[in-house]
Amino acid sequence: MMEAVIANRPVELNEEGYFLKPEQWDREIAHAIAEEEEISLTDKHFEVIDYIRDQYDKDVALTIRRIGKSGVVNIKEFYALFPDGPLKKASRIAGIPKPASCI
Amino acid sequence: MKNLVIIGAGSAGTMMVNHLHQKLPKGWKITVVDPHPVHYYQPGFLFLPFGIYEEKDLYKEKKDYIPKHADYLQVEVDRIVPEKNAIELKGDASELQYDVLIIATGSRIAPEEVEGMDSDLWYKSVFDYYSFEGSLALTERLKSWEGGKLVVHITEMPIKCPVAPLEFAFLSDWFFKEKGMRDKVEITYVTPLSGAFTKPRSSKKLGHMLDEKDIKLVTDFAVQRIDNENKKLISWDDKEVPFDLLATVPTNIGDDMIARSGLGDDLNFVPTNKHTLQSDAHEDIFVIGDATNLPTSKAGSVAHFESEILTENILAYINGKSLKESFDGHANCFVETGHGKAMLIDFNYDQEPVEGVFPFEGIGPMKLLEENRLNHWGKLAFRWVYWNMLMKGRKVPFISTHMQTKGKQLEQV
Repeated sequence: MMEAVIANRPVELNEEGYFLKPEQWDREIAHAIAEEEEISLTDKHFEVIDYIRDQYDKDVALTIRRIGKSGVVNIKEFYALFPDGPLKKASRIAGIPKPASCI
Repeated sequence: MKNLVIIGAGSAGTMMVNHLHQKLPKGWKITVVDPHPVHYYQPGFLFLPFGIYEEKDLYKEKKDYIPKHADYLQVEVDRIVPEKNAIELKGDASELQYDVLIIATGSRIAPEEVEGMDSDLWYKSVFDYYSFEGSLALTERLKSWEGGKLVVHITEMPIKCPVAPLEFAFLSDWFFKEKGMRDKVEITYVTPLSGAFTKPRSSKKLGHMLDEKDIKLVTDFAVQRIDNENKKLISWDDKEVPFDLLATVPTNIGDDMIARSGLGDDLNFVPTNKHTLQSDAHEDIFVIGDATNLPTSKAGSVAHFESEILTENILAYINGKSLKESFDGHANCFVETGHGKAMLIDFNYDQEPVEGVFPFEGIGPMKLLEENRLNHWGKLAFRWVYWNMLMKGRKVPFISTHMQTKGKQLEQV
């Protein structure tokens, strides 16, 4: 665990920079993390982020397949919005813990 | 008479009927339903292409492993109707009533999920080794293959036996060396994961082994389609990996009957309590093996440990008691690394695979996350253990249901 300050707010992150406490997240923070990733967040990005946070709250394991079937974006669009490892990038920007991939 | 019904007579279903048929109280009978007569030894599919096993080593008849006292119906289930406690059978108007149901319908490969996979090159240059047919076709192809780009590929997680693709890559390196043509074969390992494996310590170790064997690693590759004309894997973000021979693991999905019954998630796996193995939706339906959505490996060893937990929980359930036994996600897998050696990994929901010895602290004789010859002999001996102990519901000596931390190096050295 490490403590960091993003957008002037103290947050707790794991060693890979994923949120440990999703309740510490807000939209300002999302913009700040996205900037590090050189992504400028649009309304479409936030639709995906809201979907991801909603699924996390419902304890649903996230996969690229599920996001592709979400009705929010298809997989191609998901990659366009969050290039190179969209699930990991979007999860970090959405302020949820790293999606667990099954062994 | 009350009826306990098991759908599926693969590894998990066969273990359950053998555990339960002697333990169920008076007034209960067991019915096993499965349309397929052949029980495949699935760990052998990986070995067939490399000549370690022959075809005849890979199967037996299911009926020989179902106890005589159990009813055994070789028919296909159309769907489960939980509201009526009924199973509708195909090709027959009759229904089967259950008081307790165990779903053990496993998983299958679904090459149709990726554009161009189940297409012109299927079983010509694109093969799976997760089915008897695929493994057999690949065996034939390898006999005359003259070399080129071999790509070992995983489509998406979760898959059955997540170490098998790595074993396939290691065994390929060994196989082509033995044939004296390793210099003609370029091996590339392509995975949707961020490393060679999922968990940090094993991923590092196994990634290092790929390096040593001169196997290229391409990570974070989520395949969108296969370009049959140019023989390329193409990812969602337009990366390309060319191949001459593709050994892929297609998407794994649960039985179509689960979808027809409305009991599955988006991959037809049944949402299941990860500790009790009761289905989330219906208290009289339990789920075991690959058919569950549990966050652990889909593997025979997992089904084995689950079968011991589930037996106790089903007995508790029919006696009106609480489900006390708790599954910890325990998996125990051999990893063949070629040249007559193997590794062993032992882990659960919370503990990633680490170095150490198994099963006895300070003694072993098996080694965890490290190659040796004894591990390889262990894997070969396992086929006997599978048919003669596991499938008959006999306890395997020294192997505990819950994962043990003794003998494991829990801290990184």
